[in-house]
Amino acid sequence: MSRIDFKQINKRYAPGLPLTISNANLTIDHGDFCVFVGPSGCGKSTLLRMVAGLEDITSGELQIEGKRMNELAPAQRGVAMVFQSYALYPHMTVAENMAFGLRVMGSNKAEIDKKVQEAAKILQLGPLMDRLPKALSGGQRQRVAIGRAIVKQPKVFLFDEPLSNLDAALRVQTRLEIAKLHHDIGSASMIYVTHDQVEAMTLADKIVLLHTGKLIEERGSVAQFGTPMDLYHRPASLFVAGFIGSPKMNTLPAKLLSAEASYAEVEVAGQRVKAAVDARGIAAGSAVHVGIRPEHVFIGDTGEGSSVKVKLQHIERLGDASLLYVDTGVGGTETFTVRVEGSVVKSPGEAMTLRWLPEHMHLFDGQGLARPRTVQLPT
Amino acid sequence: MKQNPWYLAMLYVAAVVVSLFSIFPFVYAISTSLKTGSELFNPSLWPNNASVANYISLFTVAEQPFGRHLLNSIMVSTAVVVLSVFLGVTAAYALGRIHFKGKALLLITVLAVSMFPQVAVLAGMFEMVRALGLYNRAFGLVLPYMIFTLPFTVWVLTTFMKQLPKELEEAAIMDGCGPWRIIGEVFMPLLWPALVSTGLLAFIAAWNEFLFALTFVTDNDQRTVPVSISLISGASAFEIPWGKIMAASVVVTVPLIILVLVFQRKIVSGLTAGAVKG
Repeated sequence: MSRIDFKQINKRYAPGLPLTISNANLTIDHGDFCVFVGPSGCGKSTLLRMVAGLEDITSGELQIEGKRMNELAPAQRGVAMVFQSYALYPHMTVAENMAFGLRVMGSNKAEIDKKVQEAAKILQLGPLMDRLPKALSGGQRQRVAIGRAIVKQPKVFLFDEPLSNLDAALRVQTRLEIAKLHHDIGSASMIYVTHDQVEAMTLADKIVLLHTGKLIEERGSVAQFGTPMDLYHRPASLFVAGFIGSPKMNTLPAKLLSAEASYAEVEVAGQRVKAAVDARGIAAGSAVHVGIRPEHVFIGDTGEGSSVKVKLQHIERLGDASLLYVDTGVGGTETFTVRVEGSVVKSPGEAMTLRWLPEHMHLFDGQGLARPRTVQLPT
Repeated sequence: MKQNPWYLAMLYVAAVVVSLFSIFPFVYAISTSLKTGSELFNPSLWPNNASVANYISLFTVAEQPFGRHLLNSIMVSTAVVVLSVFLGVTAAYALGRIHFKGKALLLITVLAVSMFPQVAVLAGMFEMVRALGLYNRAFGLVLPYMIFTLPFTVWVLTTFMKQLPKELEEAAIMDGCGPWRIIGEVFMPLLWPALVSTGLLAFIAAWNEFLFALTFVTDNDQRTVPVSISLISGASAFEIPWGKIMAASVVVTVPLIILVLVFQRKIVSGLTAGAVKG
């Protein structure tokens, strides 16, 4: 069982500097594909490199299969890493690159050959085995880097932004290959670092979203740990709500009027609005934030749900959909985005009425922490 | 874009002129070394009666064991290169890849060593060479020669070492390599151009060195070739044996030319191509 436990892990690069990782508590189950995601500077690579053994752990304990790893050398942890820049040995052929790790470990030649051949078959590197890295394309180099990890048959695969150097088309293809690889290998856990939430949503069994800046010390590094659907439908805080989803969730300042078990009433932009959120525990009259995703807002002068009158500022037509940036008159300079069908034609300056349903509303308390939603949601 | 043919022609003419200018002294040395007797005073480039007598006498006069001196030089220079490159690579790994306090100061200190002219360190060096029992031994020259080979070896290799991608080292660490294996199996193959050029420069510097060789070695059997050439004497005190001196010069130049020709193909850039996304 290749379970990975992070127990109250902290990382401080030098005394006097703020914590890079603060109080990280996670359990990654056997065979899970776990994605670390977050804005730049959130320490996601640092967290990965601590698992690899390339960074020291300031305090706390890292366990793989229940064994303490803190002091163990990288090569003895049963992990293999795929670097962002591939980091292939330029003077070795593809086959030698893949065999090098096993050779250092002292495996015998027949065994090395067998494992390298197997990995080459999985990754379709057969015809390239005698080439040097400089004679390979970016995508091929990436596959060799993955092959170098596979031959070691590690308990844990570590990927450090492996797709960020590839062009868009290749990125989608390699993303599928990595997902397939995870499915085929099955027994190994994978930790994958990315700043791209599409990669996170599509690949992950579990996502770890990390805080950045001051929030690291205030609330700990982990903003939310859960399935992709959890993070999308039940963001734990304004920070998570703003990161997951593209375009990001609209949030508006509001005042809580009343709270019941299944519904809360708030005042937004001078309107009474219903939200399917359990906001009991927050005093009536307190300032809160409500959130609504751009894809859950629609345009309509009549119909059900709450309505807000707005003015269109700017429109981005993507073909399949259009993004409308509107002025709600509240919420300061923050833009309010609406995602509508691509056939909708509007011109800037036009007035319109936006509507949304109570069951699509999110509600965050004064600290920016979410209250539980009371509707059935996909998991 | 098509090059102007006149421009190209001028370029080639200039190249030929520069080549002739730099090769001419050597050609003239070869020509002189093939002349004997009063022929020496004939300025023509092509000797009338070419003879290898000068070369033969170089290796046959018992008081001046030129062959022995040549072997001494080869031994000393090779030892200097091997030691300098070994110390240079290991020092460069520490200075280029590991963070520690006082690194910049240490690098400046290394460079400062090469600041002093040889004459300034001669007296002190003499005492040290004697105290270590290296006086009058050809091999004892290896130590003083490192004064001028190590600073540039360390500096050049440190610069190259710093340019190697960090991920490469980390990948090697993940593959289970210790520092020696990282240096030997991952970094050294990538440092070939730097190793060859610094090694060649160190070899040439040690090969040509005169002052230390003259001061620290007085035993006739232990001399190196630069001193040996300066001591070549003619039949009488008033005769300068130009023919023999030129023959010796040609003999000591040839190994350097061969070395450079053999290793120049190793001095190619782009060895790290393909390691990381550029």
